[in-house]
Amino acid sequence: MHIRLEGRARVFGDDVNTDYIITSARKRDTIDANVLKQYLLETLDPGFAASVQPGDIIVAGRNFGCGSAMEVAVTVPFAAGIRAVLASSFARTYYRNAINNGLIPVECDTTGIREGDRLVVDLSGELTVVNETQHTTIGVRPLPLHMLRILDAGGLVPYIRAHRGFARSL
Amino acid sequence: MSGKTISEKILSARSGADARAGDVVICEFDFALGTDAATPMAIDYFIAMAGGRVRNPERFAFSLDHYAPPSSAKSAALHDRVRAFARTHGVHVWDVGEGIGLQLMVESGRCLPGQLVIGADSHSTMFGALNSFGTGIGSSDLAAAMISGEVWLRVPETTKVWLEGSLADGVHAKDVVLALVGQLGQEGANYQTLELLGPAATAMSIEERLVLSNMSVEMGAKAGIFLADHRTSAYLQSRTSEAFSPVEPDADARYAREIVLDLSTLEPQVARPHQPDDVVPLSAAAGTRVDMVFIGTCTGGRVSDFHQVRSEIEAGGGIAPGVMLVLTPASREVYLELLRDGTLETLTRMGAVITTPGCGACCGTSGVIPGDGMTVVSTANRNFKARMGNATASIYLASPAACAAAAVTGTLSSARVRI
Repeated sequence: MHIRLEGRARVFGDDVNTDYIITSARKRDTIDANVLKQYLLETLDPGFAASVQPGDIIVAGRNFGCGSAMEVAVTVPFAAGIRAVLASSFARTYYRNAINNGLIPVECDTTGIREGDRLVVDLSGELTVVNETQHTTIGVRPLPLHMLRILDAGGLVPYIRAHRGFARSL
Repeated sequence: MSGKTISEKILSARSGADARAGDVVICEFDFALGTDAATPMAIDYFIAMAGGRVRNPERFAFSLDHYAPPSSAKSAALHDRVRAFARTHGVHVWDVGEGIGLQLMVESGRCLPGQLVIGADSHSTMFGALNSFGTGIGSSDLAAAMISGEVWLRVPETTKVWLEGSLADGVHAKDVVLALVGQLGQEGANYQTLELLGPAATAMSIEERLVLSNMSVEMGAKAGIFLADHRTSAYLQSRTSEAFSPVEPDADARYAREIVLDLSTLEPQVARPHQPDDVVPLSAAAGTRVDMVFIGTCTGGRVSDFHQVRSEIEAGGGIAPGVMLVLTPASREVYLELLRDGTLETLTRMGAVITTPGCGACCGTSGVIPGDGMTVVSTANRNFKARMGNATASIYLASPAACAAAAVTGTLSSARVRI
C-alpha cells in the first residue's frame, strides 16, 4: 500500500463517540456529508468545523468512534477533508466503516501528540507516524491483511464493484 | 486443539471454516436488518457498487423506527426512498408505528438460536438474548451484504461473564448491565463477545436477557450471547415455525477472561451524564432534581418495563408536578398489550405522554426533545451529551423502576425505598 499523508494534528480525548463526531439530531434534515460537515464534532468543540483545513489529521485517545454504527461519522470527517484518524484504539464498527470509506484508521500511541503538530503518516514501507514538530517517530499497529485489500482498492465500493462479493482469499 | 466458544462455533458453521478467535472469515448470514438511520445510505452504496438485484431479499427487513413518525419533509422523503427500494427488491418493511426494528426482529422470530444475524444498528447485539450471534454493521457493509449475501467478520475473543446470586427487591436487569458497563468501561469488551452464563443468567426472563445483550455494545462488545433454554423455546414457540439449533460453548473453550458477578450484592445503579460507563449506585445520585422521565427504547421499552413503571407510580400516588413522563412502547405488540391490560390508560390518566412506537426520544431524531438545562432520567442505553437533541440537557440512565420512582418524587431516589 502506498499511502503517505501530511497534515496538522487536531487533538481530542478518549471515548469520542459517533454522536460527538456528528450529532444524530442533525440527520433529521440531511445525510449529505457535504452539508453535515459544518457540524463536525460540534458537541466537543463548536468552532472545530470552521477551523478544519483539508489534510488535517484527527488525533484521539482510546476507543475512538464508540457508540452507534452510523456511517456518517466517517463520511462527514472525510467530506471535511480529513483522510486519516490516529487513535490509541478504535471501536470496532468505526474501524470497519472507516476502512470501507477510505478514511485511514491509524492505531498508534497518540499520547505525546499536541494540537497543531505537523504529522507525516507513512504506510508504504515500515508503518510510521513522524511528528515533525517534536522530531519523534511513532510505530503503527499493522492493519489486518483483508482490511488492507479493501483500503487498497479504494474502499468497499470499488472493492465490491471489482469482485462482486468477497474474494475467498480475503 | 481447545474447544470452541459460542462465537467460534456459529462463525465456523456459517463460514465453513474452522473459525478461531483472531481469524477473519467470510460468512453467510441468516438475516440482516436495516433501520431508517442506516438504510438510505446503504441504498446509495448499493447503487455506487452497481448492486443490481438484492440477493436473498427474504433474508432482509428494513424498519422505519428512528424517524417515527417523520418530523420533517426530509426524513419523510428518506422513508419513501426506503419503501420504494424495498418494493423493487421484495424486502420486507416495518413501517412507521410498527416499532423498533431490533424489537420486531425478536418478536417475529427473525433471529433464532445458533444463527448469525447482522444489523445496521449497533444494538444488534440484542439478538444474543436468543442465542444468536448478533452484531452491528454500517451502511456500506449492509449494501455489500445485499449484493453478496455474505459478511466478513473477525472471529472475536470471548469474555465469560458468570452471573450468580439473586437480585434483591428493587434491583433489575438494567442495574446488572449498568454495573457491568461501569466495571468494564466503554472499551472493556471491544472486539470481544460476552458469553452471559451462570445460574442468574438462566433465571432471567427473555425480556431481562434482552437488556443485557442490548447494552453489551456499551462495553464495545461485538456480541453478547446467552444460552438457549426452555424460556427461549417458550418465547419462540408462537413466533417461528423454523427449526433451529442452539449453540453452547465447549467445556474446554478458550476465554480471554472470566468475570464473576454476584447479583445478590448489587444495589440499584445509575449512569451519570455524559458517559454510559460513569456508573454509581443510585443512592450516590439521590436527590438530583429531574424534569423529564423517558420510558422506552430497545433497552427499556417492553411490556414488563411498563408494568414496573405502572406499579411504582401507582404505589407512589402519581407523577410529581413539573415532571414530564414520556412513554414510548418498543413495538405495536407492546403497545397493544399495554392498551389491553389498562397500563396505558392508568398512566395516561396520571398525566403521561404516549408517543409512537419506535426509537422515540432516545437519539433526538423523533419524539420529545428536552429543553435547555433539563435533567432527564431514561431507560435508554446511551447518555452522551446532545444524545437526545439538546447539548445542554443532562441524561441519567437507570432501570424502569428507578425512572418511575423519579417520576413520582421529581428526584432521583432509590427504587428500593419505594417498595
